[in-house]
Formats: sequence, structure tokens, C-alpha cells
Amino acid sequence: MKRRTLLATGAGAAMAAALGLPARAQDKTKVGFIYVGPINDGGWTQHHHHSAMEMVHHFGDAVDFVYQENVPEGPDAERAITQMALGGADIIFTTSFGFMDPTINVAANFPDVKFEHATGYKQADNVSVYSARFYEGRAIQGTLAGRVTKSNKIGYIASVPIPEVIRGINSAYLHAKKVNPDVEFKVIWIFEWLNPAKEADAAKALIEQGCDVVLQHTDSTAPHQAAKEAGGVYTFGQAADMAEYGPMPRISSIIDNWSPYYIERVQAVIDGTWSSVNTWDGIGAGMVGIGEISDAVPAEAKAEAEAMRDAIAAGTYHPFTGPINKQDGSAWLAEGEIANDGDLAGMFFFVEGIEGDIPS
Amino acid sequence: MLRLEKRPQPSKNWSYGAPLLAVVLTIILGMGLFAILGKDPVIAIKTIFWDPVFGQFAHFYRPEVVKKAAPLVLIAVGLSFGFRAGIWNIGAEGQYIIGAICGAGVALAVYPYDTRWVLFPLMIVAGALGGFLWAMIPALLRVFFKTNEILVSLMLVYVAEVLIKAFSIGLLRNPEGYGMPGSRNLRQYPAAANLDLISGTGFHWGALTAVFAVVVAYVMFTRHQFGFNVRLAGQSPRAAGFAGVNANKLIIVCLGLSGAMAGLAGLFEVAGPSGQILGSFPSYYGFTAIIVAFLGRLNPIGILLAGLLMALTYIGGQAAEAQLNLPSAAILTFQGMLLFCLLAVDVLTNYRFKIGKAEVR
Repeated sequence: MKRRTLLATGAGAAMAAALGLPARAQDKTKVGFIYVGPINDGGWTQHHHHSAMEMVHHFGDAVDFVYQENVPEGPDAERAITQMALGGADIIFTTSFGFMDPTINVAANFPDVKFEHATGYKQADNVSVYSARFYEGRAIQGTLAGRVTKSNKIGYIASVPIPEVIRGINSAYLHAKKVNPDVEFKVIWIFEWLNPAKEADAAKALIEQGCDVVLQHTDSTAPHQAAKEAGGVYTFGQAADMAEYGPMPRISSIIDNWSPYYIERVQAVIDGTWSSVNTWDGIGAGMVGIGEISDAVPAEAKAEAEAMRDAIAAGTYHPFTGPINKQDGSAWLAEGEIANDGDLAGMFFFVEGIEGDIPS
Repeated sequence: MLRLEKRPQPSKNWSYGAPLLAVVLTIILGMGLFAILGKDPVIAIKTIFWDPVFGQFAHFYRPEVVKKAAPLVLIAVGLSFGFRAGIWNIGAEGQYIIGAICGAGVALAVYPYDTRWVLFPLMIVAGALGGFLWAMIPALLRVFFKTNEILVSLMLVYVAEVLIKAFSIGLLRNPEGYGMPGSRNLRQYPAAANLDLISGTGFHWGALTAVFAVVVAYVMFTRHQFGFNVRLAGQSPRAAGFAGVNANKLIIVCLGLSGAMAGLAGLFEVAGPSGQILGSFPSYYGFTAIIVAFLGRLNPIGILLAGLLMALTYIGGQAAEAQLNLPSAAILTFQGMLLFCLLAVDVLTNYRFKIGKAEVR
């Protein structure tokens, strides 16, 4: 009897081998990444890839790493993710907001595979969402911008009108205004995340209008180049440190650092402790990095910005602390009140003092 | 000496043989490309052309090929009428986008109205009408002001791309989407969804319409006066004039027809595989369909085959990217080679190689 079972098992294994069924290697965890851009875009995708590589480096032979770049959002994304799941991936990170519905759809077909979607809001039993509190970094940029500007005009190259970008503008404005009540913000929307030509045009237009600080929520270094050519204009690195443009025009930066999160989540899969979570980390957890503040910034301003960075990291200061009114003058946060995450996640209004409308 | 000699008549054999030879040449050149990139060329080609249809996960890939081919075939069949008549609608992509906006707009306007047999046909009409009207812009401008329809229709693509971006963050934005761009997902709206007619086959209403269009176009070209007029106008506009073909009417009909079919393709895509009005909705089907139309020799059956082949290079190409870690640019290059080879080989349709010196006349 026992012998027969053994034979049957053997036959089963042989059959599986003959059919080429995906034999799930128990010892190695297969980690997949889906990127919206090329891995050398210098910004968003490059930093996800860079963080992924650090994760791979951390685990060494314990993980198998696969990725696909330049995946268009929409039905093609759904296929790319499915392909990766069919290929035996244990956990798949989809690193663009536009991959939200495709990720949810594919996840429903592969209940045993874990999915991690960046910057979305739809969760499922096997889909986690994660994002970074970039507005914390914007508070520091705003402080520096308010301190260094001489024309009191600050330019902002905005990408796509979504809460994430609007939060950044509001946070930067509030903190610039706090240290310099005369500042005014000029916002240009380019409706794209990465387009060096448009970014350069926007930077030039802002500089021509008298802005001597240009903030950007777009991924390329083109605005830095434009600022460098114009001279006397301050900029901030976005997603990457962009230190090659320091000490002028680049005086600091917001750096996306996903590697601690990636390491933690892959470790959870290895340990079998993975569960669906909604993560929104900032400077404190190391997800948002503040690039070295260059010597072009006066020492007091630098110290002030660094103190704010440390206070945010320690949790003693929140960039959205009342009193804050909305653009139309209605009250949003009372004195000392701190914005809740729900309001922040769906933020679709400018705060009082910013001119212009959010495009819709 | 090898030289080219013009054939007295375009070769019928070569007009069918050229696409096949082009495919073979592309495969050979592609293998060279993949080899230079350090990948096993045989495995790369197998991953692109064989695996999606017969490989281990063919059950997943086959429906994907159908879904990808459906809009290509539908648009290309529409374009073939104009192209045969010498009317160049290069802006099918724009008509495709506008069709999607109009069709989805109808559904989103009445959300959550749930009588499918009223709503879905209305969406189809709106999609076709949207594409038709967008194509009427270059058509009427050409008829009344003699503008160049190539230029006008192409420029309108960029207008349409801006429009869909504006709609995705404005009028059609999902009110429950936390301020993110994009409309509600029509696939999760049962009365409006364009789902598989037979589950798991990828054969949705758009694919059915594409097959229907192929059959109708075939009958038109071979049996109907209109098909004859179209061909006549393309081969000899003067003769067409003598035969009583109204050139202006032909422009309006050809552009309108191709626009309506592109609009339909857009509607079926937005209600099905794509699901959402989104800035990233345009996926160049309208431009790829031009390649498909010519690869298929402007013949409906040829277009059907060419559409399936083109879809296969997309699906297989993406699979190769993922499995062999090929850069996405390599796949685009590979697809570009296909058109390049076709154009190169097409010389043989009108010319033949001769060995020896040119005869003295």
C-alpha cells in the first residue's frame, strides 16, 4: 500500500515535470516590479528601481528579481502584471497610480500572490497600498524658498492636478509664507510627470516672470539647467538628489527612498507574515529623504530648515497645523488643529493666499 | 549588373508575396537584433510568435491577442476605403479618442442607469457618431476649402489627446476617485461594460464588429458599386469623374466611414479592455492601424490577418520583454522593422530585378 502511494506520488511529480507546470521554488522568493517609465528616467521610476536593487542586494540569493519598464497604464498594464504572476512571482510591486485598477483586477485572479500598489487607494486581501508623505519635504522646501527669495516670487512647476501635487503646493506655500509674509506663488501646470522640454519651458517662463526660486513636482533636471543658465535662481532636486546641480542652483532636494519599505515587505513574504496594509510614511520612517542643504543657503535658514526636518521626523511638528483657511476664505483647520489623513489624502483645494485655480 | 526594371503591370503574385517576405525578413533581422543584445535569438522569436498562441500560458495570451487585434482590424478596415480612393485619413487615432469620449460620456452621464439594452446601443451610436463628426472636420474643410486632409486629420489627433486629458481631470472625472484623474471604470458598470461574449475568449462586441466589418467590406469591394467607385477614384480620378463618381461625396463618405469605425473601436475599447477615460487612454491604435491596413494590402481578409499578426507582436513582444528582460525599445524597433521591410520589399511589386545592362532604346 505504502509502495503504491510512493509510486503514485512519483508519477505525479514526473507528470508535473513533463507538463512543465511552474514548480514554485520554495527556497527563493520571486519579487516583481512593474514600472511606468524607463529605469533611467532620473526621477520616479529610477528611484523605485534603485530602491528595488537595494532590496535585492539586501537579500542576495534569497530572492529572484524581475521587472518590466515602460509599462503603459491601462489594459497593457493588466497583461504585464498577469504575466509576472503567471511567471511565478510571489510579490509584485506596481509603482504608478495608473496601475491601480489593473492591480486590483489581476489580484482577484491570483489570490496567492501578494501585490503592493504605490500611491493608490484601493486595497484588497492581497493588495497593500503605500505612499510617501512628500508634503513633509515640501514644508522644508517652502521654508528655504521663503528665506532665500529676493524677488518674493516663487515659481512652482506642477505636474498633474491630483491631491498629492496640491498637498505639495499648499505645504510649500504655507511654510514660505510663514517665514516671509510677502511671498507670492506662481504655479504652472504641465499635465505630465516627465517632459524635459515642457519643464524647461515652464522654468523659463517662471524665471521671466521674476521668480528666483523654482520648485518642481516633475522628474527631470531640465528646470535646473534653465535656472543655471539664468543665474541667481534657486531650485530643488525632485525624487533624486540631483546633486550635480549643487551648490547652485540646487540648494536641497526631496529624495524618494523606498528601500526600507521594500525590504520590510519582502521579508514579510519570506516569513509568511505578509498582510494587507495601508502605509503612508514620511521623513521619520526614512521614506522621504531631505538632500543636503547647500552652502548657498544662509546658515540661519539652513539651521531653521534642519530643525523643522528633525521636528517632523520626531513627530513633534505636523506641516498642516491650524489655523489654516481654504482659498475661498472658509475655515479648514482651527488654531492648533492637525489635519487628518483622510482630508490630506483627498485634498483638492488651495489654501488661502494662493492665486489661481486648480485645473479641472 | 543588377538593376531594377519597372514592371508593365504591378505583379499580382508579389503583391501577396511581399507581406510574407517582409515578415520573414523581419524575423531574420530581429534575430540579429536580439543576438546583438545578448539574448538567444531563437528563444526570443519563439517567445514572440509561438508562445502566446501555443505555449504554456496560451490560455491567457490568446484572448489578449484577440482584444488587441479587434480595434486594429476595425480601424484598418475603415481606413482601407479611403486609402484605396486616395483619401488619406491619418487621424484615426483622434477619431478613436473622440469616439471613446462620446460613448463613455453617454454612459457616465446617466450613471447608474441600468437598462443595458437601451444604454449599450446608445453608447455604440454615440461612439460612432463622435468619430464620424471628428472626421467630418477634415472632410468638409477639404471639400469646401481644398485643405489637405492628411495634415488636418493628423493635427486633430493632438487636439483629441488634449481633450481626453481635460475630460479625465474635469467633466468625466470619477466623483468617488479621491480627486485622481480618470473616469469611473465602465467595466464595473454592468449596463455599459463591453465584456467577452463568451467568457475567457477575449471576443467582445468590438471583435464581433470587426469581423462583421471585414465581411461587409469584402462584399463591398468585390460586389458593390461603391467599392468599384472607390477603386476607380484611387486608380484614375479622371476616369472616375467620367463614370459619374462625385469626388466630393466620395471624400465625405470615405472619411466619415473611417471616422465612424475608429470611433466605434474607441468606444469598445473604453467600455472593455481599458475601462476608463484617462489621459493615458490613447495607445496609438489609430496609427498602428495604418500599418495594418497596408500590411493587409488594403484587402479586408488581409487586414484581418495583418491585425492578428500585429497584435501578436505586441503581446509576444511584451512577453519577451518580461521573460527575457529585453528593453522595450528593442520591441518597438522590431515592430518598426516590419513596416520598413514591407516598404522595401514592396519595390518588387512594381519593379523586377534584371541582370545585365539596360537595353538601348
